[in-house]
Amino acid sequence: MANVGIVVVSHSPDVARGTADMVRQMVGEEVKVAWCGGDPGGGLGTNVEAILRAIEEAWSERGVAILVDLGGAETNSEMAVEMLPEMRRSKVVICNAPLVEGAVVAAAEASAGSSLEQVRQAAEELCRS
Amino acid sequence: MELTADLKAALIRQVAEAVISHADELTALDQAIGDGDHGVNLKRGFEAVLAQLNTLAEKDPGEILKAVGTALVMKVGGASGPLYGTLFMTMGKHLPPKFSLSDLAQAFTAGVEAVKVRGKSDVGQKTMLDVLVPVARTLQESNDDLLSKLKTVAESSAHATIPMKAVRGRASFLGERSVGHMDPGARSSSLMVLAVVETLENHR
Repeated sequence: MANVGIVVVSHSPDVARGTADMVRQMVGEEVKVAWCGGDPGGGLGTNVEAILRAIEEAWSERGVAILVDLGGAETNSEMAVEMLPEMRRSKVVICNAPLVEGAVVAAAEASAGSSLEQVRQAAEELCRS
Repeated sequence: MELTADLKAALIRQVAEAVISHADELTALDQAIGDGDHGVNLKRGFEAVLAQLNTLAEKDPGEILKAVGTALVMKVGGASGPLYGTLFMTMGKHLPPKFSLSDLAQAFTAGVEAVKVRGKSDVGQKTMLDVLVPVARTLQESNDDLLSKLKTVAESSAHATIPMKAVRGRASFLGERSVGHMDPGARSSSLMVLAVVETLENHR
């Protein structure tokens, strides 16, 4: 089974792309990383359609971990997860972790073949340390 | 009052236009305590709603609400997209094709409860809920002079957010500095309620 995929959701497409670049440099091609950023009008913000596309792009049967920056990114990601087909909903988690560090740590954990829960814990551990 | 296709179209149009025509004011309120995108985001969402106006007006009320909610979720782009989207979609799910005032109150209340869950918030936190919750209560309680009561409640509850301190959303980063500004989400909610009330008054 493919490794847990990572989705990076930022208000800024530049931040999201840059974060995804850093993740790829860390873990190479072993983990699928998708990113999205910006609102539907091209300004700063996040949007549900783009988040759904990114989840699709990073999809693995083992699951997908989403990393978000500010509040709206989290709210829109929660909405996107609820709009997924029921079979997939339980296989997507939103990590309560800082965006860049969380994405890198989550991807490193995922590259070891870890479960979705292990990936989430690795990212969320950052907040407690 | 019969909910004709004309009245449904008028309700959708008036709500959308109320938000769109106040986009600059909402943005200004949001610049004071948030990230300054509330007006432009909601404007984009409600323009997408207006683009579907003719097909929307033929549907059952519940279906209209669900379609409006979906358009807002997909097009708004800030946290207000999923928040208003959840309000409209949940209300739509709970509203039968032929409904009484008490059905409407129940459906609206279900929508407001879903917004609390989505936003992990409740009244008193300087958000749209500070308008939506009292409006839901007014719908449930009163029969006499309901429209004018709704208007008063929508306006006064939005103003009541001015002295509040934000604890949710971007405004919470400002802490005490959020005091003294009306919450943009409370204002947009009150605009929508006022638009509905005024449209119904004009159709009496």
